[in-house]
Amino acid sequence: MQRRHEDIKFADVNNDIVRSLVETGPRYYVTLAIAVLITLACFFFPWFYQLYYGIGAAGMNHPTVWGTYLASFIFWIGLSHSGTLLSCVLHITNSEWRKAMYRSAEAMTLFSLMVAAMMVMVHVGRPWFIHWALPYPNQMELWPNFRSPLMFDVMAITTYLTGSSIFIYMGSIPDFAAVRDRTTGWRHHMYVLLSLGWRGTDTEWHRLGWAYTFLAVLIIPLAVSVHSIVSWDFAMSIVPSLHQTIFAPYFVVGAIYSGTAGIVTVMFVLRKYMNFEHYITKVHFDNLGKLLLALSLIWTYINVVEVFTGWYSNDSAELESLRYKLFGFYAPLYWEMILFCAVAPLLLISKRFRTSFVPMLILSIAINIGMYTERFLIVGTSLSRQYLPDSWGVYVPSLVEISILVGSIAMFCTLFLIFVKIFPSVSIYEVKETLPAPDEGKTQWQATH
Amino acid sequence: MSLIDDFLARWHEYRRPGYYEEFDYHWTMTVDLDRCTGCEACVTACQAENNTPIVGEDAIARGRHMQWMRIERYWEGEYPDVKLRAIPMFCQHCDAAPCETVCPVSATYHNQDGLNAQIYNRCIGTRSCAVYCPYEVRYFNYNNHHWDEPLDQQLNPDVSVREKGVMEKCTFCIQRIRQAKDAAKDDGRRRVQDGEVQPACVQTCPTEALVFGDRKDPDSAVSQMLGNERAYTVLEELNTDPSVVYLKKVDADAA
Repeated sequence: MQRRHEDIKFADVNNDIVRSLVETGPRYYVTLAIAVLITLACFFFPWFYQLYYGIGAAGMNHPTVWGTYLASFIFWIGLSHSGTLLSCVLHITNSEWRKAMYRSAEAMTLFSLMVAAMMVMVHVGRPWFIHWALPYPNQMELWPNFRSPLMFDVMAITTYLTGSSIFIYMGSIPDFAAVRDRTTGWRHHMYVLLSLGWRGTDTEWHRLGWAYTFLAVLIIPLAVSVHSIVSWDFAMSIVPSLHQTIFAPYFVVGAIYSGTAGIVTVMFVLRKYMNFEHYITKVHFDNLGKLLLALSLIWTYINVVEVFTGWYSNDSAELESLRYKLFGFYAPLYWEMILFCAVAPLLLISKRFRTSFVPMLILSIAINIGMYTERFLIVGTSLSRQYLPDSWGVYVPSLVEISILVGSIAMFCTLFLIFVKIFPSVSIYEVKETLPAPDEGKTQWQATH
Repeated sequence: MSLIDDFLARWHEYRRPGYYEEFDYHWTMTVDLDRCTGCEACVTACQAENNTPIVGEDAIARGRHMQWMRIERYWEGEYPDVKLRAIPMFCQHCDAAPCETVCPVSATYHNQDGLNAQIYNRCIGTRSCAVYCPYEVRYFNYNNHHWDEPLDQQLNPDVSVREKGVMEKCTFCIQRIRQAKDAAKDDGRRRVQDGEVQPACVQTCPTEALVFGDRKDPDSAVSQMLGNERAYTVLEELNTDPSVVYLKKVDADAA
């Protein structure tokens, strides 16, 4: 536990975090305005154009009917993975360092899931009928196809979104109550509603703790299943280089990997711009760095296995697909991915690197660029080289697609900016658990930690 | 309890191998590659019959051609000793079709005649069927198409014009099959007889390389072809069980 912690009083925690909610500088408004404008101009405007014109506005073509939209979908789903999943794992393993960062990590889950859902809307040809993929009773007695991995996907993602929403909300109730007691005006009314009449009695704390742990245990297998199912969209096909049993663990590891890198980015920004230096410290970056290192090694291993089994199969279609991926049109992207996701993270072996903030930020962004590339390559290279050579092709994203990708990042930022002003982005009550109680001697606290 | 029993009974019924065998027809096509000259008459006929849009030069350049029937061209050998292999490729109407399992809304399904049917109205355009199809015979409407005057006057009234965001593919000219079945019913016959129905490509083929018929009828022309020792199906190793059977080209030089 870091030294700085001992100097923080319980009251300081409340003050600091309520301040982050109610005191809003012009810098915040300018950032929010820019994010909203980029979302409208780069996401919604091109999307409306695409709705009017058809999917032809994107660069997809005959063999490569899936493109960056689906890559973005997997990317956002992946980014969603670390937040709630990591928070749950660290909760049931009683990790102290989780407490300052889990709220924003869970918010990241929620918002990336929302953006991922938007990417599905952008991806399909007729999004105005997207509800047909949901099993709802209707007068035509038509049901979705329960054999379809895409159908499983719809189920898994809705469940995960519901579960994560409940989890983040339930964990925030005592904090809403704390903020309720410190605010006035419309904010007060909002927090009265959000805190659901929380009074902080022993029974309430007991029930919250029980339900929280219950949900944490429930969400871990759920999160693992979600990305396994997303991988089945690909692995259940018979496309060479997609039809692989390793895809489910590959996707899950990749998801947690990019999600953890995403948390590092978000932590850096929160620390810097919300003045949470005392709460988000080198310890967090050090621990996240170790996790990233472990994940990068697993990810690299799976990549090696993927290439090896492809080569070992000696199947002509598989070999061509592999050759195309490693040395074909998209090869520079492939090697960029290897550089960013397998080679660069080796720097994390050094503790000095893990505890320096700016290099960690740069690395975390590089990892996510690499992970986006990975998703793009999964879609792009495999579909461009399938069984019949007559139908080989090359796919290059169009301007509309690139714009929508940029816009989706802006949309994520917008949601996050709104979040930090409504949710206490660092958990008030759980940070206090790591502090010495007001009437407790410092020596005693040090002895227990 | 009876609900569960009922469910289990149905489950076993539907999961039974050879479920489709009990229906009336199993439409099948054979393609004799020894006869095929690669003239592309079938491609044109298909385009005319099925209201397939003429996408134009730009779309072709971007790889967005719409041809339910296409001739794949493969060259063998080095110039000047070059041989052209032409293989007509269209929906293989697989009995174990990968595209059918993946569609989240069941817009593509197997009908009782052994056809792989596509419901345009139900399609939401996930394009997953085109990814799952190893034959690459599914074509997506990237945008709305229009027919210049007077071409709009020659659209086939029996076939719907597809809108943007919808997948489409060869139907074995299901409108003709439907018509033949209706005609047979009006005549008081239970079955369509061999030769009564021909898709546009079969009707047009000048060398009679394409033969269409019902595999259930042992005397049909197509059933006779199936016994040919040259018969094979494309990408047989994928176990998609296609309804289109190709007859191997016999190399005159090798023989």
